[in-house]
Amino acid sequence: MNGPHDLGGRAGFGPIAPEPDEPLFHAAWEPRALAVTLASGALGHWTLDESRHARESLPPAGYLSWSYYQIWISALENLLIRHGEVTREELSLGHVLQPGQRPQNRLTADKVPGVMAKGGPVDRPATAPVRFAKGDRVSTRNLQPDTHTRLPAYAREKTGVIAAVRGVHVFPDTNAHGQGEQPQWLYTVAFDGQTLWGADAAPGLTVSIDAWEPYLEPA
Amino acid sequence: MHDHDHDHGDNSLDPMTARVKALETILTEKGLVDPAALDAIIESVQTKIGPRNGAKVVARAWSDPDFAARLAEDATSAVAELGYSGRQGEHLQAVFNTQDTHNLVVCTLCSCYPWTVLGLPPVWYKSPPYRARAVRDPRGVLAEFGVTLPESTQIRVWDSTAELRYLVVPERPEGTEGLDEAALAELVTRDAMIGCGLAKVPA
Repeated sequence: MNGPHDLGGRAGFGPIAPEPDEPLFHAAWEPRALAVTLASGALGHWTLDESRHARESLPPAGYLSWSYYQIWISALENLLIRHGEVTREELSLGHVLQPGQRPQNRLTADKVPGVMAKGGPVDRPATAPVRFAKGDRVSTRNLQPDTHTRLPAYAREKTGVIAAVRGVHVFPDTNAHGQGEQPQWLYTVAFDGQTLWGADAAPGLTVSIDAWEPYLEPA
Repeated sequence: MHDHDHDHGDNSLDPMTARVKALETILTEKGLVDPAALDAIIESVQTKIGPRNGAKVVARAWSDPDFAARLAEDATSAVAELGYSGRQGEHLQAVFNTQDTHNLVVCTLCSCYPWTVLGLPPVWYKSPPYRARAVRDPRGVLAEFGVTLPESTQIRVWDSTAELRYLVVPERPEGTEGLDEAALAELVTRDAMIGCGLAKVPA
């Protein structure tokens, strides 16, 4: 989707402003926000891709001005409401009006080390032959769905070279919307700086994205 | 910055504190979240992951050419040799700086970052200025981190648009021939492993 999250190449956001000796968290609620987001994910209602889509679907002015964990909490509230675990009224009142749907899936403390150490690999067995090889020239399609995609706007309808074939990975464009994993071949595609940014591009610049096969066509 | 005009139940708290507390309370009362599990998650991100993990990986790669070769071939497995694996590190790729090429990592679409070796990303990595500019003006970005590269250096930017996570292996500084892995790891900064910095030169 053409949302506020798709930031590559946009102007006007100012300096990077790295913070010397930055603490891991900037307020006591931030680690709680991180943890409650991960623990809620363990209920199994949504995928990582759906949670990303929930964040990029927030109001653009909010997305661009809120702190990172404020974005996480705003998206988490929406996900919990969408999947029937909480209501807007409960969030307003600050107390429970109806029972939860999946208490049987609650992540308990003893399971946390295993869950964090295991992660969630997204590589899958191939179900179709690979279409492109390293060195092939490919073009990205002009994909502008209203739904989730991981093809950034700056790399649409551009011609580049396959830099690596990464195997078959879960396809976020479907997995974000309850349409299943539909795994696809994944490639690293490298673009010359001038292809992306025109004649003013930094000299010697190459930018790559990781692109699923449905984003690509032969050039 | 708060966008709600309703009461979260505790007016003595700042809005985000009250909002997160209300959500945690509701989910806990519904039996959906275990507060002890939240504590365990927080402890995990504070103690198990962080840039010291990545620094040990880089120091090993500088010291052991066989390990460096395995790291280049399959970083997920090579990093697991040091005991680092898990969430947001399921699929790793190490990219090596050379005299001719400097690597820089960004996630323009969100905040993808190799948690297992670098920990949680700093605020600037997740914020619009870096995400907007890293792919377009990497030399300008590097200058803000105090890094100026020769005009002839190729700049290779990796936008983490899938679940592949990138770790930059900076160049080993000159004058470090006599150092062991532990001393070398002290030279490897988080920013150097994102590509926004260079390894420190020993004092």
